[in-house]
Amino acid sequence: MAALEEGFTLSAVPLGAGPNGLLGVEQSDKTDQFLVTDGGRTVILYKVSDQKPLGSWSVKQGQIITCPAVCNFQTGEFIVVHDNKVLRIWNNEDVNLDKVFKATLSAEIYRVHSIQGTEPLVLFKEGAVRGLEALLAEPQQKIETVISDDEVIKWTKVFMVFRHPVLIFITEKHGNYFAYVQTFSSRTLSKYTLLLGQEEKSVIQNFTASVDRKFISLMSLSADGCIYEALIPIHTSGPEKNQTVVRSLVLRTVVSGNARSGVALAVLDHDHIAVLGPPLPASKECLSIWNTKFQTLQTSKELPQGTSGQLWYYGENLFILHGKFLTVIPYKCEVSSLAGALGKLKHSQDPGTHTAPHFVNWETSRGYGFGSQNLEQSKRILRRRKIEVSVQPPASEQLLSMIKKDSEKHIEVELCKFLAIKRTPDFHTVIGDIVFELLERHKAEPPFYPRNSLVQLIQTHVLSYSLCPCLMEVALEKTDVQMLQLCLQQFPDIPESITCACLKVFLSISDDSLRETEINMESVSDYSDSVQEEKMDEQTGILQNGFNLDKRNCDNCDRKLNQKPQAAAEETASCPVTPKRAALLRNAILHSAYSEMFLLPHLKDIPAQHVTLFLQYLYFLYLKCNENATMTLPGLHPPTLNQIMDWICLLLDANFTVVVMIPEAKRLLLSLYKFVKSQICICSELNKIEVSFRELQKLNQEKNNRELYSIEVLELF
Amino acid sequence: MTLFPLPPSGMGEFKVHRVRFFNYVPSGIRCVAYNNQSNRLAVSRTDGTVEIYNLSANYFQEKFFPGHESRATEALCWAKGQRLFSAGLNGEIIEYDLQALNIKYAIDAFGGPIWSMAVSPCGSQLLVGCEDGSVKLFQITPDKIQFERNFDRQKSRILSLSWHPSGTHIAAGSIDYISVFDVKSGSAVHKMLVDRQYMGVSKRKCIIWGVAFLSDGTVISVDSAGKVQFWDSATGTLVKNHLIANADVQSIAVSDQEDSFVVGTAEGTVFHFQLVSVTSNSSEKQWVRTKPFQHHTHDVRAVAHSPTALISGGTDTHLVIRPLMEKVEVKNYDAALRKITFPHRRLISCSKKRHLLLFQFAHHLELWRLGSTVATGKNGDTLPLSKDADHLLHLKTKGPENIICSCISPCGSWIAYSTTSRFFLYRLNYENDNLSLQRVSKMPAFLRSALQILFSEDSTKLFVASNQGSLHIIRLLEGSFKHLHTFQPQSGTVESMCLLAVSPDGNWLAASGTSAGVHVYNIKHLKLHCTVPAYNFPVTALAIAPNTNNLVIAHSDQQVFEYSIPDKQYTEWSRTIQKQGFHYLWLQRDTPITHISFHPKRPMHILLHDAYMFCIIDKSLPLPNDKTLLYNPLPPTNESDVIRRRTAHAFKMSKIYKPLLFMDLLDERTLVAVERPLDDIIAQLPPPIKKKKFGT
Repeated sequence: MAALEEGFTLSAVPLGAGPNGLLGVEQSDKTDQFLVTDGGRTVILYKVSDQKPLGSWSVKQGQIITCPAVCNFQTGEFIVVHDNKVLRIWNNEDVNLDKVFKATLSAEIYRVHSIQGTEPLVLFKEGAVRGLEALLAEPQQKIETVISDDEVIKWTKVFMVFRHPVLIFITEKHGNYFAYVQTFSSRTLSKYTLLLGQEEKSVIQNFTASVDRKFISLMSLSADGCIYEALIPIHTSGPEKNQTVVRSLVLRTVVSGNARSGVALAVLDHDHIAVLGPPLPASKECLSIWNTKFQTLQTSKELPQGTSGQLWYYGENLFILHGKFLTVIPYKCEVSSLAGALGKLKHSQDPGTHTAPHFVNWETSRGYGFGSQNLEQSKRILRRRKIEVSVQPPASEQLLSMIKKDSEKHIEVELCKFLAIKRTPDFHTVIGDIVFELLERHKAEPPFYPRNSLVQLIQTHVLSYSLCPCLMEVALEKTDVQMLQLCLQQFPDIPESITCACLKVFLSISDDSLRETEINMESVSDYSDSVQEEKMDEQTGILQNGFNLDKRNCDNCDRKLNQKPQAAAEETASCPVTPKRAALLRNAILHSAYSEMFLLPHLKDIPAQHVTLFLQYLYFLYLKCNENATMTLPGLHPPTLNQIMDWICLLLDANFTVVVMIPEAKRLLLSLYKFVKSQICICSELNKIEVSFRELQKLNQEKNNRELYSIEVLELF
Repeated sequence: MTLFPLPPSGMGEFKVHRVRFFNYVPSGIRCVAYNNQSNRLAVSRTDGTVEIYNLSANYFQEKFFPGHESRATEALCWAKGQRLFSAGLNGEIIEYDLQALNIKYAIDAFGGPIWSMAVSPCGSQLLVGCEDGSVKLFQITPDKIQFERNFDRQKSRILSLSWHPSGTHIAAGSIDYISVFDVKSGSAVHKMLVDRQYMGVSKRKCIIWGVAFLSDGTVISVDSAGKVQFWDSATGTLVKNHLIANADVQSIAVSDQEDSFVVGTAEGTVFHFQLVSVTSNSSEKQWVRTKPFQHHTHDVRAVAHSPTALISGGTDTHLVIRPLMEKVEVKNYDAALRKITFPHRRLISCSKKRHLLLFQFAHHLELWRLGSTVATGKNGDTLPLSKDADHLLHLKTKGPENIICSCISPCGSWIAYSTTSRFFLYRLNYENDNLSLQRVSKMPAFLRSALQILFSEDSTKLFVASNQGSLHIIRLLEGSFKHLHTFQPQSGTVESMCLLAVSPDGNWLAASGTSAGVHVYNIKHLKLHCTVPAYNFPVTALAIAPNTNNLVIAHSDQQVFEYSIPDKQYTEWSRTIQKQGFHYLWLQRDTPITHISFHPKRPMHILLHDAYMFCIIDKSLPLPNDKTLLYNPLPPTNESDVIRRRTAHAFKMSKIYKPLLFMDLLDERTLVAVERPLDDIIAQLPPPIKKKKFGT
């Protein structure tokens, strides 16, 4: 539950706040310290936990600060703008603002943005944006005009998206609102027209925004007292003009419709919004926390002395101007969990103890400390909920009933539609139900095998083996290798018996039937080509790692190999299986998770010929691995050397007694044996070297330590 | 943007006498006792020394009681009202006076050597286990302890004792068996025989090194066969057996909540046992060995369990404090492992004029003369010696008591030291290469048991801080002395002064105890000049700067203050650094500053050191903030002046010498650094139990 704690005023002395309140509250580079800029001439640095000012700076009489002071997180310096065009940059140690660094620019500044991880950005009133460094290098540079004549910037904010800053600003022109998104990674500026929806020409009173991977979620509080959300893509698809975004209703009438001023909002996390304003026309002003997910008022706090309609939120603190005082209200939102609700989770609600266990909320904690609006990593996209219910897609029930009777083709189309709509929190269970229903029907009438639909469902990435165990059974029955490959790639929790069954299928399926199926060959495409080219690096391939085998030990085993050097070379250098089969084995099987204990018994069931084939293939991969210095295979997501070695060991463990009897496996086993032997020799040599080095080191140390007295020269810099 | 004033190029070059011949070996740790109320830890060593660590004050060793040859401490415990008792093989029970820092009284228990001691859960009764097999109960009265009665005599020595939390029963570990006594009747209720078998081989004896009595009636025992055993005291039966080591398990400590305990083995391993649920939801719990820690090389003779940490100590002389991560709420530097090896006080003094070093050992002093060189070199060079260091004097104490403190005068002509009962002053005469030593006799009785000795800069005055809190000033004449004055402690306080500092002009004397503020006395007018306001953390080092008479004070939380004695207020620089705060890496150092000195020609410099770094603070340079690099071991190579100017800050550190026990400036261009490499200490310890690392 979200809760507002007892607030405290930051200073006993009322700030010299004008009628318009403060210019801003900004974070400094130290946690817990904030820069407060009042409407006139003063910037004060506060330490919030101590409730005391650490420093205060004023501009000269006659000058006026026009933009809130910010901290440059890269240097720890503070930046303020006065008289629209003059930048001042100073340090904590500086006393007089008159004597600090000054730069006069050629155009009027709207805001200076500073955010952790990038240099400060300067937004000009005409809509142009510059980095601070570039600006300081040439202060008098020409600043272009971006927005049209009558447009006025209303609000702006900057985010970090994938380590790059993204700046958004909202302009207004004759009651129309436009959003501009400036990305710095691609240096593009996109313009969007905000469509206000049903209520024509309503005045927007306040904005706030949060960001996730692809969208900026722009929340706006309109004059009718409702909160709307608009999603603005960060990366535009194309350069077309006149893009529009539609607003959708998030919360209805959170503040009184006719509130003139003193209205503000701030996004706290995924589901919580803080709203400042009078909830009823006649009531006093209130700070309330709303849960947008459940549309509930979580908590509220009356502010009898009135506010300026400004709200800042950093880390865990909400800053408001209450009467004439800057008030800090700590905000807490504990992660609500079912366990907590059912009482399984230990709640430290004893009145005496205040040491609440601090649960780390991985989703929100990233942005913690530097403005939690910055939730770029959130998983919101998966769970974004919409209030608008205009175009209700075919509900899952409808789809389920459709599956029972409709044709394969029709189901496919409907499924496409269903998958295209927004995902609900219970999306994966719905998908599970659909798969179950499809397979039920398949069991009832075997000719019905909605392969495309199933593939589509698997590709939603939400299915797992445990959600639909029968799916892989059916695929095994049908020897649908493509489906099996997909499942092996997508499912995180396949039991070892099924992995093994798939392996059997992959090994036993005839080349002819393989040729007909479509298999994702991305991973092997790279080297199947190279296979053709390298038909041959003779036998040195076996003598890897520069180690020369002691011939005497291996005389016996070598003899046979030497009899047919040519054949042996072919065997080791060329892939023993067709590329398609290789793709299946390599991608699907080698990457799958397993536990040795459970896998071994199943591996015993594989016929000896197939074991040999697989071993040959693994051995081939091993040789491939050894060809380059990094010991990796080419291609996408290649199996690691360890995976290959583990599988070789597993196969041999499980089937050694059988394999050792097969004549065609003999040569393979011998070469493996030689490999192992050479590796052991190398390891033992390395051990010897290590020991010698250690001895040397010891000697060296002794030499250093034995000196009990010396006079040395030391220079301190 | 401000531009920093251009700093002088570097802090200057020094010739450093790097001394490694201080052959100091700390004594092994025998007992540790943790006091939950005050968050203090008492540690006793094999030479009888008892040290008190304040765990709240950055693990600072704030008090110590000097050892005694005949007083081997075998048991240590805290009683109600934070009273500290020890007992040992001389058969005496000792209570320590934590204010005056002396022994309050010693009482013979008349049972032969005492092997174990335990305070009752209510803190008012004391139980000792003796060599003759007797368990004796003492009543703790407000100012003494009173023998009450004996329990049933056992046939062999009582090596361990533990009270049941209700105070009705006790468990006593002996050789081959554990007895459970009823406290009321004093008779043994159960006798639990311990298996001598050790991995199939019958050992001669099985010694019960430790017992712990839990409130549910379980007795946990640890023994010489490497077992941790759980007994049911109601039936006298063995419930569970953990074989955890191939060697003795020597110590056990249980947490207050009885949900975890810790044992230490002779192999240097500490095992943590926890009471955990059998399955996730069941209320049935069992003891599980959860974590092994190997922070020691030798026997872990003593363990303690604070609410948040496991504390262990043993023959390898380290005191190890291992925080339990699940109990630590804030993951800050307090959550890091602490290993305390060296005392947090100075054992070395130096005569700058004659280049002499005086080393203090438990029972003797050594005087060394430093060598010299005529060569010069560049940074990092080792210069050829034209003269090696000389061992001039080996001064052995009389009697069994350890030396508390010692000092050599700046001129090198006087040496003073003190034990618990006597004060010694010697006059040294240097004639050509011969050294003659003359003891100054008839030292006044009030000088005995000095806690700190200091000579004035011109070696004409001797300042002695005695326990009881008084400060004596003695004028030194050729071969004799005259008592000048005694500053009595402030009425009502009995706190002893542990640290002294005198101003180079001889006008001011600063003295500090463990908790109250620093007092500054005017020596000319023989009166108290002012008191620096008390600070939450104890003082670790004091010094008065020449000319300015600024008093520099280092505290155990790594704060450094500068206080102007003439102005009776903190200096501007001190205020500035308090306002800005020290660099976080500075505050995270884990050893206290033990010595502060000044450069005679550079008034802006303060030299200070702890065990792992040596630092010159240049007050004229800007202070570092948390973004700046505090310690840069590399010399500034091909960096532009601008970068250097931007990165230069007040703290110039060197971490070349470590562990650093002493560092001082001999003259403008010469430093002396006394190191004590850990390897040299380990080389002097008995060999540890061999453990196979690989194979079978």
